[in-house]
Amino acid sequence: MSILRTSRIKSPWLLHFDSGSCNGCDIEVLACLTPLYDIERFGIVNQGNPKHADILLVTGSGNPRNARVLKNLYNQMPDPKVVVAIGACGCSGGIFRDAFNTLGGIDNIIPVDVYVPGCASRPEAIIDGVVKALGKLAEKGAAMDRKKVPQEAKV
Amino acid sequence: MGIGMTMAVAVATLVLAPIVAGVLNGIDRRFTARLQGRVGPPLAQPFYDVIKLLGKELIVVNRLQLIWAWGFFGFAAASLVLLILGGDLLVVVFSVGFAAVCLALGALSVKSPYSYLGGIRELWQMLSYEPILLASVVGIYLAKGSFLVDVILKDSWPLIAQLPLVFIALLLVLTIKMRKSPFDISTSHHAHQEIVKGVTTEYSGPYLALIELGHWYELMFMLTLIALFWANPIWIGILIALICFLLEMIVDVTWARMTWRWMLRVSLAVGLALVGVNLAILTFFNG
Repeated sequence: MSILRTSRIKSPWLLHFDSGSCNGCDIEVLACLTPLYDIERFGIVNQGNPKHADILLVTGSGNPRNARVLKNLYNQMPDPKVVVAIGACGCSGGIFRDAFNTLGGIDNIIPVDVYVPGCASRPEAIIDGVVKALGKLAEKGAAMDRKKVPQEAKV
Repeated sequence: MGIGMTMAVAVATLVLAPIVAGVLNGIDRRFTARLQGRVGPPLAQPFYDVIKLLGKELIVVNRLQLIWAWGFFGFAAASLVLLILGGDLLVVVFSVGFAAVCLALGALSVKSPYSYLGGIRELWQMLSYEPILLASVVGIYLAKGSFLVDVILKDSWPLIAQLPLVFIALLLVLTIKMRKSPFDISTSHHAHQEIVKGVTTEYSGPYLALIELGHWYELMFMLTLIALFWANPIWIGILIALICFLLEMIVDVTWARMTWRWMLRVSLAVGLALVGVNLAILTFFNG
């Protein structure tokens, strides 16, 4: 199904979640949507609804209070879906890694497919990360089509 | 038309309408992007979106929701087919009205507050444009003496000459139906969230694609109705419809979203008044 594969790559809809970021990375994520970077060129649209989204962008290191929300959002996204952790905090917890109130990175809460480093990540890096995630999205989609498993194991 | 010919036209409409509407939507997104100083997505973007959605996992909130989604799709497609086949305009208008009812009921059939508000707002939108649509059809009857599209197609005198104000009011309906600013109230054409996404909040994957296809039929329905205003020769009508379509983009980009109260006030006070004045003049000169 190459037409389906092409469509998946050409039409990734984003969901952006801030799990305790300092807003530095969030501002850079939103900068990608401005006319300067114009990610709609690649068919990327920033959806505010997990049920419509294909790619989950997460900034911040995650903490016990918003971990539940993040898991909920992840579970509401229909397959195939990928997660991109953005910024030093999202990847590893950054300088807050050992702080008592953080969980030290998004991959301690939900499975992460692509890590985008930087403090804050530059818009170019975020776009690169999303483009990398597209390959994974197509792979996952192909695996889903082969198996046709109705429900994958949820987090 | 024989039964075979009728079937052929119906099938051709069902197949060709989404293709044309998809390309129009692609032009829409690209033209809007250009107006905003962006490059915009490729022309085939709406097709990529729909095919991708069809390939996604099926998550169902409840079964009733699925029936309303099919209802919306079916009635939107049926209205277009009836219009193209030269059917009765009254039946066509009620059919497209029921399509919108299906969309609202689908949104109201789930527990999500965002979806629920979207459903209510869809009903407000219907309250705004349905009277104009119905009154326009009555105007067409007064002008041509028939509700049948076939009669309009055969008449050499264009409708727009007799019903110029009704035509302007129908542009208002087109803006509401296309979910363009300032009337993108129950759901939006662009990526938005929560209340602004309204009726489609709880739809995902293949059923979101179904709703999108229903919107495409609805768009083709409205454009065909507008093209009828210069039915002889029809290519002038099609040209007028395309110009109106591009005009919608400019309105969308230059306007902000307004409240539903404002929408109701404008469409009933201005839209319905335009139709009323037009009908009064028409009756005066005819009779």
